Amino acid sequence: MYRYDEFDRSFVNARVAQFSDQVERRLAGEITEDQFKPLRLMNGVYLQLHAYMLRIAVPYGTLNGRQMRKLAHVARTYDKGYGHFTTRQNIQFNWPALSDIPAILEELASVEMHAIQTSGNCIRNVTADHFAGAAADEVADPRPYAEILRQWSSVHPEFSYLPRKFKIAVTGAGRDRAAIQVHDIGLHLKKDADGRLGFAVYVGGGQGRTPMIAKKIRDFLPEEDLLSYTTAIVRVYNLHGRRDNKFKARIKILVHETGTEELTKQIEAEFAALRDGELKLPDKDIRAIETYFAPPPLTPRPEGDDAVRLARLDSKDFADWLGQNVTTHKHADYAAVTISLKAIGEAPGDATDQQMEAVAALAEQYGFDEIRVSHEQNLVLPHVARADLKAVYDRLVETGLATANSNLISDIIACPGLDYCALANARSIPVAQEISRRFASLERQREIGELKLKISGCINACGHHHVGHIGILGVEKKGSELYQITLGGSGDETSSIGEIVGRGFAPDAITDAVETVVETYLGLRNDPSERFIDAYRRVGPAPFKEALYGREARAA
Amino acid sequence: MKILTANRLHDGEAVWFGTNGHWNEALAGAAIAVDDETVTALKRIGAEAFENNQVVDVELIDVELADGQILPKRLRERIRAAGPTNRNDLGKQARPAISRAA
Repeated sequence: MYRYDEFDRSFVNARVAQFSDQVERRLAGEITEDQFKPLRLMNGVYLQLHAYMLRIAVPYGTLNGRQMRKLAHVARTYDKGYGHFTTRQNIQFNWPALSDIPAILEELASVEMHAIQTSGNCIRNVTADHFAGAAADEVADPRPYAEILRQWSSVHPEFSYLPRKFKIAVTGAGRDRAAIQVHDIGLHLKKDADGRLGFAVYVGGGQGRTPMIAKKIRDFLPEEDLLSYTTAIVRVYNLHGRRDNKFKARIKILVHETGTEELTKQIEAEFAALRDGELKLPDKDIRAIETYFAPPPLTPRPEGDDAVRLARLDSKDFADWLGQNVTTHKHADYAAVTISLKAIGEAPGDATDQQMEAVAALAEQYGFDEIRVSHEQNLVLPHVARADLKAVYDRLVETGLATANSNLISDIIACPGLDYCALANARSIPVAQEISRRFASLERQREIGELKLKISGCINACGHHHVGHIGILGVEKKGSELYQITLGGSGDETSSIGEIVGRGFAPDAITDAVETVVETYLGLRNDPSERFIDAYRRVGPAPFKEALYGREARAA
Repeated sequence: MKILTANRLHDGEAVWFGTNGHWNEALAGAAIAVDDETVTALKRIGAEAFENNQVVDVELIDVELADGQILPKRLRERIRAAGPTNRNDLGKQARPAISRAA
């Protein structure tokens, strides 16, 4: 994985020193809250309901055992023994004291981590496919390009005060696991007919109060033009994006209001002026960054086939986990393991310090010291020999991390919601917990099949409800929580925005409503191979409205 | 009926301005404003504490009395006063004598 060079190290250390000084001056009353707030946000520090919150960047979701152990240490020493992995592949701590944050940042810097650009109107952490470098269906590892974008965008003087935040996602596979079509810029790394690497470029996707699917504005951008073209896009946005209305300030609104054709013309004109300049990426530089992401030495481990076959026969639980949480690797003797942070009845994405330590130990012993955070709020060991899967599984069982529910209905994405977040209107976590308990039976979950359920506690949509096959949006109505259901959303290569199915449900009725939707699907699917999303696209919302609202829907 | 709440600057702890003249970590004992005059007085106290860098995010919130206890009207404020509803072992509810939000 990427290692800091001298420049990175001194840059991060300088920022820690600068922010430590700012915190000290704030605590001494030398600077006001109005002066301090933008500074703390540039360093990932929010104020929530109960305490400050620190959001730490995990660039493109990749970290090693030492870094994970440091997060466990922070959880234990400065927080309340746990952390929350987010839909942006980052981690948040919910209880740090402001006065401790300089010490935390210093500790993080010692393992090449920081909280820079995890907030504010700048280019945020670049996210990537969590199976990058391991996936069998990948053309090339997207992370070198994410790292190039990270270096280019870090405290970029032109792009530090954009109209609004800006999110970029990169995938290197045809099957999109990074939800690139709901990002400000989505990059799909691919090869042209001559075998050269480049990107399909998508612009103007996003969720929030105005969800939009991104528009493809380039089918193939050669890799050397990555920074010139990205600069052209962000420059056009920076010039013309709306600053008069926070809710209309994202690039998706600019794309929508300007029109894709006209905006593409502007971007292409800017690109034409930039493309042969200093931003053109020299091949040797790309290849040099690539070496940091070279695959680990995956020595042949052909004994894995027999080991897995025998272990399957021996343990049904292991066989179930293998079927659900283990993904095909590009090397036949290896596999990518999804570690579910969605144990039945637990808060999605939360991990205790002991669990973090356990994952770090597994990565070090069995996974070439590599860990990923997925945007679906799980952890991944991307390179595990099939021969070691049973040993890994047994250790995961010991720490409550072996729930075999990846991509099933209890693999829920949920934002922190009103239990923590100052922006939320309704709770998300308790809703996720109750649905998870209702569908606790893994046998029932497997019978239902792939089903992406996503919950947000406000319209900002951190819980990605717009792209849930079943989405739940919590709102506040007359002082009470109310939950709207959307159906038919999807965040993959066939992205779609879910449609609101009807009036909302009270907290004590939402789980029943979800169950009604699921039972309706089971009753109408062609056969078990027809996934929920496919069935919904075939039949539309009517049968679900009928099941949820009955006569009332017919009258309307 | 309103009370004055904020988060303490140095650690973010949710606090309420009490009848004892201090910013307390528990909502019980908060000074209640019942008319324009007492609301104005609380507002002034909040503004001063913000200026003095004691607290941030100062807010007057609506409350009612239930069985003699102060109960914030909004769930958001009840959660602030107790802690996350999914983790009764965390927040103020984990301390003695503070009841849960929901």
